[in-house]
Amino acid sequence: MINQTAAAMSEALVKGEVTSTQLTQAHLDRISDVDTSVKAFLHVDAEGALAQAARVDADRSSGKKLHPLAGIPLALKDVLTQDGIPTTAGSKILQGWKPQYDSTVVSKIKEAGIVILGKTNMDEFAMGSSTENSAYGPTFNPWDLSRTPGGSSGGSAAAVSAFEAPLAIGSDTGGSIRQPAALTGIVGVRPTYGAVSRYGLIAYSSSLDQAGPFGRTVLDTALLHDVMAGHDPKDATSINGKFPDVVSAAQKRDVKGLKIGVIKQLQGEGYQKGVQARFDESLQVLASLGAEIIEVDCPSFEYALAAYYLIAPSECSSNLARFDAMRYGLRVGDSDGASAEAVMSATRNAGFGHEVKRRIILGAYALSSGYYDAYYGSAQKIRTLIIQDYAKAFAQADVLVSPTAPTTAFKIGEKSNDPIAMYLGDVATIPVNLAGICGMSLPAGLADEDGLPVGFQIMAPAMCDDRLYNVGGALEAALASQWGGHLISKAPALGGSK
Amino acid sequence: MSSLSRDDVAKLAALARIEMSEEELVSLSSQFGMILDAVARVQEVNLDGVVATSHPQPIQNVFREDQVRPSLTPEQALSGAPAQEEQRFRVPQILGEAE
Repeated sequence: MINQTAAAMSEALVKGEVTSTQLTQAHLDRISDVDTSVKAFLHVDAEGALAQAARVDADRSSGKKLHPLAGIPLALKDVLTQDGIPTTAGSKILQGWKPQYDSTVVSKIKEAGIVILGKTNMDEFAMGSSTENSAYGPTFNPWDLSRTPGGSSGGSAAAVSAFEAPLAIGSDTGGSIRQPAALTGIVGVRPTYGAVSRYGLIAYSSSLDQAGPFGRTVLDTALLHDVMAGHDPKDATSINGKFPDVVSAAQKRDVKGLKIGVIKQLQGEGYQKGVQARFDESLQVLASLGAEIIEVDCPSFEYALAAYYLIAPSECSSNLARFDAMRYGLRVGDSDGASAEAVMSATRNAGFGHEVKRRIILGAYALSSGYYDAYYGSAQKIRTLIIQDYAKAFAQADVLVSPTAPTTAFKIGEKSNDPIAMYLGDVATIPVNLAGICGMSLPAGLADEDGLPVGFQIMAPAMCDDRLYNVGGALEAALASQWGGHLISKAPALGGSK
Repeated sequence: MSSLSRDDVAKLAALARIEMSEEELVSLSSQFGMILDAVARVQEVNLDGVVATSHPQPIQNVFREDQVRPSLTPEQALSGAPAQEEQRFRVPQILGEAE
């Protein structure tokens, strides 16, 4: 049962072939079986999950009209608050904290009757691309346990890839959904900025952060996306408009006559051979389905990484000021006579990991008087140029595409002492965040040299998220018929039974 | 090659209220040159006349009526407090020497 798609699970629930309690228990069993080696979860809420499953089962047998995803289990990134459930954002500074409210995303998934299995591991405060920056130890890639699942939403991606959950939620500030989706052979979407409420999403970089869905298929991902998106008065940056129908788009799968723009700057040099090869093949598949492939030029993208590593740290240095040891979280050094400032400084030193400190200091530097214009100010102007490049490119093409990440999954520890090498992994995903548009990663096959999954990225203009699902759905279906099934069916079995 | 001395890092760390160990100050300062070089690439582009973007959407103030609504109880609000007293957050000394 657990190796089915969420859509198939939903059908089985509706037909009464299985109950949500059975489905939830099967996933909890799978977590017990494999999570000692994958370490996707920081907290498993078996009791809460089974209670929610029982409620959905009772509602179903009483004939109540339910959401298609009612009773389907889900893994939640530990960056979103859930009432009464430990929420750490992967940081020691929030160890033991239990929020007293649900994030809007959690309210919406609870309302749909989705069963939350637990909270997943992540790079501390979503700062990282490998999940190695978690204060609670790394998550391991189910395809090869010596490698990272990517990050920062590595726990959510690994949980879906390892069949511990059919669906998961992550957040994407510079690629933190799309890159781990690519590295674990699943589908991940960063919705348009403002499409999903940030209320209760612990902030890293507020102008870039966006929560989004993971699934093993494009349709499953669309079903979850549909639940998450919508206007929220609690988030002043939430879009108040008509949201595109992503579920219909995922079923439409028609690229005939569509123009697909390949971004010149996001391929070739610096991209692993097998990554480029699978990307090129996917383009041929799309062309064979009737799409027109063109090349587009986005010269400012060359500076996107530099702009991101100024803007995100600047915003984080401000956002993380709230962790001051006064109202919640860790407090260190509160002995007789210690000043508030000394307690704050000691707590932030003990509670934040190395990468978080590095970004706070970099942000403080970029924002300091005398350097502001040269660093933060210039980065904001580069951001404008990137938005203009996208506007020109979308005037020529309906969607834009690139490999999601320049490499397949790397070894644990391989890049942890080289921040620049780690940052380069986000080179293809970051422009989307800077422009506030939407992007998807879906599996394009395995690289010949290492047998690991490769991600294909699709980008669409703001509030055109449906285009991602239409194109992604078409490519997925064509590739699956070539491969005789979805890529995830080729994933190694891991311990226990699948 | 950019650089940031150990003392520069110490000053920024103090402003950010992070009491860093000597070892961490030195290691951060040794990495900073490389990171600054990488991000300083934003200065290679001619940005004359380019408007800065602080946010991907046109942002406007969002207003609503000031209405009384249910919110957290004092017990809930204090549930995560590192220390509390008389239904308040107890914080370390914030003014000079105690009288």
